Amino acid sequence: MPFGRRKELPSHLWTQCPDCGEMLFNKQLARNMNVCPKCEHHFKIGARERIEMLVDKGSFEERDPLLAPGDPLGFTDTKGYPQRIEAARAKSGEQEAVITGSARIGGTPVELGVMDFEFIGGSMGSVVGEKLVRAAERALAERNPLVIVSASGGARMQEGTLALMQMAKVVAATARLGDAGIPYVSVLTDPTTGGVLASYGSLGDLVLAEPKALIGFSGARVTDQTIGERLPAGFQRAEFVRDHGFIDQVVPRSQLRDRIAFFVSALRPTAGEVRWSL
Amino acid sequence: MRDPIGTIRSGATALGLRRAAEDNGDLPADGLLIVDVSGISGRVSAWDAVKLARDLKRPHALDLIERVFDRFQELHGDRSFRDDPAVVGGIAHLDGHPVVVVGQQKGGSTEENIQRNFGMPHPEGYRKAIRLYRLAERFHLPLVTLIDTPGAYPGPEAEERGQAEAIAKSIETLTRLRTPVVAVVLGEGGSGGALALGVADVVLALENAIYSVISPEGCAAILWRSGTEAERAAKALKLAGPDLLALGIVDGLVPEPRGGAQNDHDATARSVKAAVVAQLDRLSPVPVTELLAGRYERFRRIGVFVEPETAPAAPRRTWWKRVLGR
Repeated sequence: MPFGRRKELPSHLWTQCPDCGEMLFNKQLARNMNVCPKCEHHFKIGARERIEMLVDKGSFEERDPLLAPGDPLGFTDTKGYPQRIEAARAKSGEQEAVITGSARIGGTPVELGVMDFEFIGGSMGSVVGEKLVRAAERALAERNPLVIVSASGGARMQEGTLALMQMAKVVAATARLGDAGIPYVSVLTDPTTGGVLASYGSLGDLVLAEPKALIGFSGARVTDQTIGERLPAGFQRAEFVRDHGFIDQVVPRSQLRDRIAFFVSALRPTAGEVRWSL
Repeated sequence: MRDPIGTIRSGATALGLRRAAEDNGDLPADGLLIVDVSGISGRVSAWDAVKLARDLKRPHALDLIERVFDRFQELHGDRSFRDDPAVVGGIAHLDGHPVVVVGQQKGGSTEENIQRNFGMPHPEGYRKAIRLYRLAERFHLPLVTLIDTPGAYPGPEAEERGQAEAIAKSIETLTRLRTPVVAVVLGEGGSGGALALGVADVVLALENAIYSVISPEGCAAILWRSGTEAERAAKALKLAGPDLLALGIVDGLVPEPRGGAQNDHDATARSVKAAVVAQLDRLSPVPVTELLAGRYERFRRIGVFVEPETAPAAPRRTWWKRVLGR
């Protein structure tokens, strides 16, 4: 399912920007947070790189790193599900499609979940659901803000209806934060679609997105198959979704860390008193 | 606290005996549910279940509302954009008690299906549902939801009006709704569009209903790159009643008349009514904090994963990825 990424795979020295066609040296690209210096195209990045970019240096403590999927359905399409997991691990270097942990952003302690699109399209199965629920439950217990950075094609088909139910499971946990006055910031990156957007992705107290990220309910392939209608170009991009009222801000990658730091600091939970002090 | 699931499952033995009677064409009238898959597993293939669940003559939400409830008064509109005909809802009496009922409405004919958008709600349909959920909560009425949709409408205008946000908000509202909720999957439980009505204290499904993360056709298109592999996809997705029960997705199956619900709408309605009334009898005295804790737990425990003590050997990354740190 890794659509979109293939073109962006670097040879070992340079990468062609898929937007403007510019040839970019990988080192230069990496120094620029994997954003094209010419046209501001935001390349997809892995979860580790994202975490490093967002948190205070050395503050990230990973939680539940070993949680691994079962094969509850014995699912086989052109490949068995366990083989797919193995291939995804080799390709991404990660155990699953989300990394969770505790960290500080601009000094504020937060619980953090970051999805990795390289791992079976960032799809949400039982492990993603469980890790995010544990992160939300830690946020509730510690009264720390929750930040989830999504990059996902949606629920993981290979886990069937169990994967669908993870939407309800995670939302039940994030909803408790709202009741307790603990902020949840949802950051949508390229791409966030399907069941992730139709659950916790859309439900942050604040919803931020990276420029031009693909953000939509249904993938173009599903739409083609179901409706037999092609979606117009330029559709389902972050700016479009913001203009229709479903995203608070589109934030360039270079400003994302400071922006999140500002929001989690401003919204961090109090014991109920109005925060009016210096 | 009370364990709703445990209480349902305790009826299993009695129900095992009931199956023999059902095979002779009689349905249990006392709200008993199928909670033991051994008697029914494999009787209907996954693909047959898909076809039964989509049968045009199957009783749809309004067919059942008319037969299960009394004095149904339909309420229209999301108070914001328009009235979505793919979602119906209102206030009715169930066994003499006022309740709020919300369901997805498919058509029984091509014309009606076009009017109902084939039971595929737009965002305003979910927002109407949310409004009715809140109505139930405010006036302490139990909520009954009836699920029957191929999925939320995936068209451009639905995207513009925030289909994903509407579904997400509907799910969120139900997770914290301070009144008892019983959901019944009548036919097709199509993905997130179905789940938006499916977060409940007890989730039931008609015996031949399906509930899936994606349509078999959509799954086949993505994984097999061919819509013609839908039959294989249906089997692989484990979307039929016995599988859903075994996986803990649904808490019980509502028996259908012999050959399927399409053969006898009245008998199906009696079966649904008995099941829902029995569940609400059980849920209505539960204090709301316990109810919400139980609902949270019900979904909290869904999922299959392993938690090893030690890390598996790290897979080697491609050399340029290591060099470049990508």
